[in-house]
Amino acid sequence: MSNTTTIQVRVNGVSRTEEVQPRLLLVHYLRDVLGLTGTHIGCETSLCGACTVMVDGAAVKSCTLLAVQTDGCEVETIESLATDDGLHPIQEAFWDCHGLQCGFCTPGMIMATRQLLQENPSPSEEEIRHGLEGNICRCTGYKHIVDAVKQAAEQMKAGT
Amino acid sequence: MPVSKLVGTKVKRREDPRLVQGLSHYVDDLRMADVMHAAILRSPHAHARINGINTDAARALSGVVTVLTGADIGDSVGSVPCAAANPTLRTPPHPVLAQDEVRYVGEPVAVAVAGDSYTARDALDLIEVDYEPLPAVSDLEKALQPGSPLVHSQWDSNQAFTFECGTGDMDKARAEADVIVKQKFIHQRLAPIPVETRGVVARYFPGEDELTVWSSTQIPHLLRAMLALMLNFPEHRIRIIAPEVGGGFGCKLNVYREEGLLAHLAMKLKGTVKWIEGRRENMQATIHGRGQVGTVEAAVKKDGTILGVTYDSLLDTGAYHQLLTPGMPPLTGLMISGSYKIPTLKFTSTGGFTNKVATDAYRGAGRPEATLVIERTLDLIARELDMDPVELRRKNFAQPSDFPLQVATGLAYDSGNYQAALDRALEMVGYQDLRAEQQRLREQGRYLGIGFSTYVEICAMGPSAALPAGGWESGTVRMDFTGKATVLTGVSPHGQGEETTFAQIVSDDLGVPIEDVAVLHGDTAVVPNGIGTFGSRGISVGGTAVYMATQQVREKAEAIAANVLECSTDDLEFEDGKFTVKGVPDKGITIQEVALQAHVATKLPAGMEPGLQATSVFEPSNFTFPFGTHICVVEVDTQSGEIEIKKYVAVDDCGKVINPMIVDGQVQGGIAQGLGQALLEEVVYDEDGQLVTGSLMDYAVARAEDLPQLEFDRTETPSPVNPMGVKGVGEAGTIGSTPSIVNAVVDALAPFGVKHIDLPLKPEKIWRLCQGGNK
Amino acid sequence: MIPAAFDYIVPDSLEAAAASLAEAGDNGKVMAGGHSLLPMMKLRLAQPGVVIDLKRLDSLRRIQVDGGTLRIGALVTHHQVETSSEVKDNCALLARVAGSIGDPQVRNRGTIGGSVVHGDPAADWPAALLAMGAELTLTSSGGARSMAAGDFFLGPLTTAIEASEILTGLSVAVPAAGTRAAYRKVKQKASGFAIVGIAVCLQADGDTCTDVGIGVTGLAGTPFRATAVEDQLRGKALTADNITAAAAGVADGVDALDDIHASGEFRAHLARLNTARAIQDALGG
Repeated sequence: MSNTTTIQVRVNGVSRTEEVQPRLLLVHYLRDVLGLTGTHIGCETSLCGACTVMVDGAAVKSCTLLAVQTDGCEVETIESLATDDGLHPIQEAFWDCHGLQCGFCTPGMIMATRQLLQENPSPSEEEIRHGLEGNICRCTGYKHIVDAVKQAAEQMKAGT
Repeated sequence: MPVSKLVGTKVKRREDPRLVQGLSHYVDDLRMADVMHAAILRSPHAHARINGINTDAARALSGVVTVLTGADIGDSVGSVPCAAANPTLRTPPHPVLAQDEVRYVGEPVAVAVAGDSYTARDALDLIEVDYEPLPAVSDLEKALQPGSPLVHSQWDSNQAFTFECGTGDMDKARAEADVIVKQKFIHQRLAPIPVETRGVVARYFPGEDELTVWSSTQIPHLLRAMLALMLNFPEHRIRIIAPEVGGGFGCKLNVYREEGLLAHLAMKLKGTVKWIEGRRENMQATIHGRGQVGTVEAAVKKDGTILGVTYDSLLDTGAYHQLLTPGMPPLTGLMISGSYKIPTLKFTSTGGFTNKVATDAYRGAGRPEATLVIERTLDLIARELDMDPVELRRKNFAQPSDFPLQVATGLAYDSGNYQAALDRALEMVGYQDLRAEQQRLREQGRYLGIGFSTYVEICAMGPSAALPAGGWESGTVRMDFTGKATVLTGVSPHGQGEETTFAQIVSDDLGVPIEDVAVLHGDTAVVPNGIGTFGSRGISVGGTAVYMATQQVREKAEAIAANVLECSTDDLEFEDGKFTVKGVPDKGITIQEVALQAHVATKLPAGMEPGLQATSVFEPSNFTFPFGTHICVVEVDTQSGEIEIKKYVAVDDCGKVINPMIVDGQVQGGIAQGLGQALLEEVVYDEDGQLVTGSLMDYAVARAEDLPQLEFDRTETPSPVNPMGVKGVGEAGTIGSTPSIVNAVVDALAPFGVKHIDLPLKPEKIWRLCQGGNK
Repeated sequence: MIPAAFDYIVPDSLEAAAASLAEAGDNGKVMAGGHSLLPMMKLRLAQPGVVIDLKRLDSLRRIQVDGGTLRIGALVTHHQVETSSEVKDNCALLARVAGSIGDPQVRNRGTIGGSVVHGDPAADWPAALLAMGAELTLTSSGGARSMAAGDFFLGPLTTAIEASEILTGLSVAVPAAGTRAAYRKVKQKASGFAIVGIAVCLQADGDTCTDVGIGVTGLAGTPFRATAVEDQLRGKALTADNITAAAAGVADGVDALDDIHASGEFRAHLARLNTARAIQDALGG
């Protein structure tokens, strides 16, 4: 292995200290080093959104970020959403509305939805479709995903 | 009979909790100790001789375990299989690593194995290959002309196979016709793009002399058989596991070089080796769909009666055959009649080798080509005769009383009511008003178009006689000591939701809660035998096998119940999971208690085997033929060439519906891919065989914003082919949608004299067509 | 997908960054958000031996209005520009252009500095910066210099920045009250980059154009300012005919890019069409 750098990252609330190669991509750090395999790799070119995670509260594509860039940051992955009390309202809505089929894009789609609703708690259909422009789903045709985002928005507003 | 409770209703998918939490395991998510990582060096040339490969530097890199070339592997791994039965077929050797020539960009040339994926990737940069470029041919029609560069020099031409079907006398049809309509069609190559690429983990257990392969596949059992042949290794010592599979759309209905290569590496290295396909590799080396060129000719009477249709086509097979490459044209030819009664039909196809990756099954697999041709042809005829396309369709439709319908291609359609779907769609879209609106807008220089697709497709693949590797499916239903049910199915779902729909069937028919039904699939060590998931066969073939096994379990349970209750089975009724003696409601036994009795085995009827399970292998007597009407309304900006879908109505009929939510999802997803074909998607190779659309930077798939609001409805015409009356719905949306979109755009541009446009309908094409002005 | 190995430096100050860059020479690459550099490195089209990450230089993360000048640091993300009230209130065009870049995740991480330095001929920023006559600040260990956006873009992935320089920020003059602006982008459907992008910044007295800036991206190997169109509009009545006539010259003498997504001829047509449409948008909005 070539030179390494020590990074400290809080991932899903847990502090991690790790020696990593500078070239290690965040997505590989999460999946291969930490075993958080819910974040998927779909395209290599920052276009499909399957690898979407939150860094310091903002959705990013973890295939286009080095792990060393997140030194000192807070990272949240799909694995952080559900609690002992159950699924997150967005997860629940994707389930209710059949917003997934093969499920591979789903963690990224849910994280992108989280960002979307954080910025705009009551999005219109058009805003939802635009807000998900960074994510590709090849199975659903998006209609049920849009339904799920609408439901999640309602639930989350009711919950706050 | 138990009252149907779950079948036909929206049951939330049981797959989803693990998927929405990211807790499922696709191939790349499997955590294994001591796994080695493989990276594959691929040809940058469309055609070249390999004069030598130097792997010394790569082997010397710290962390590298081995580097292998085609020469290293030699004939220790057999050819990648092609399962098509066609006597004219030329089958070139298809080695797991190129031997002395490469014939398409992306062809595997060498493999590096290292302790981690980063080092394996680094090793590729250190492999030196001495290529001698050879003339390449990329264009299908040129490839089949005399003098073309040869993809395989052992033959005198690039002809890969020929195929024809149909009956009738076309000369007579022409002679009787008032009008002859001809049109050339180009069906562009498409990339399937499951969001999960392919991936393989192979593990060899030297002590047991066993091989386990995890692969992102739609056909674990077929893969096992094919790998046994390729590796010359006993099938019964190979286990294939399709873990969670992130979409397939046909491209994982295949056996690939990498599956053979990884298995070989695991055995050679006596360990575990992993390879995950990158997206650019996926664009280069996973099969493409479509890739057909053809010319249709239709002979028609003035009143719109279609007397005969011929469709002469070429298939761009690519450089090598994959599993079903030559099997695509027959699916086009057999469905060329569409939903119409056409007495004379002739279809021919010639496959041509090109220096490109193979084409094979991609969602629809041959039928989208047929549907596009016949649905476009109907519109061409309507234009020629100045008839309303709806009236022309009605005139030629098969009638409900015609079923089973003998079609001139040789098929017998099982059931259908094409008018009903069309009527409903017309009502939803408000057809008459739309035509008036179109007229009004044209006067303002705005171009609205209305397009129809009254499609029929072929599903439930299929009778074994029609498939090269068996068309049956297996289903096992077992109740254990504690009254829980386990279902084993040979289909291998990857998004279709059969863990839910099959459980609905079993839950209803055994009267057990759905929570007590587990559906297992995708593991050859768990499921005794099977074929897989493709050709919209999951529910209609696999589901039927499960249904039949369920009936057998219930019959056995009934016999046990009668014995325990000391009555005749005729005296029993079964409701809500409980057998009771007619007229004595207090005297009964639940199916769970029966399951316990079946295992305790002390109160069984004489001679009955203990246990409560049954396996059924369903061999369908025919295909099924789902159908429907899609209507698309577009407005075209003739200055920018952009197309806006104003309205989209789909009325589909897939027979009886087990779970309407899942059926809706299949139709919607299918439409997204059909729309992609119509508007966005096209694999482009340049003249020299370089892949121009090598990543998602250049190959566009539909995003949320690209999809219009869709309106849906269904009609329900049961199939007589299976006991549940189901037909299948996986591909209908893709097959049905594309023609409606292109027909709408051509209709919009009628004032410009436009009669046909090849796909995809990119803005530049539209703009150019409008340059001639409003005629 | 996997970049080649490199040394990674995270300087604490601009001076240290410039010194590291000077030391690395051609072997060094400066990284802001990494959304232009990393994709190149993942394809191994870029294999720098040293990556200098500017992430600790918080002074480059600021947006400020200073007299009549809006200053944006190189590390400011597209999303910050898109949502910043300073930008929206003072220079709405920049916010609009920022919002049309990539997708939300890319905008969260990609920076204005990184994108501009990358010099992609189909990127969105150059259109806006050219239309507004932005000034770029380039810093090296030898000091800082200022350069007009119009002098910065030289060709595909080629800019006037020296190997030893770091783009630290840019500034635009806050447009006069009543200035109207618009951005029209024809998206390449796969990548989201511009087949053509036209940014217009326009001032009118009544219906007479008093000043106008038009930046064009995507059309050619180098983004450019459509000065001929601007000249033809200035002082003219903004009638549909005059707008169309002026816009018709936007591609004159331009060697238009030609690829599978649009031929040169179509790109030129789209540039003319969207120049006219962008001016109309500006007038309407």
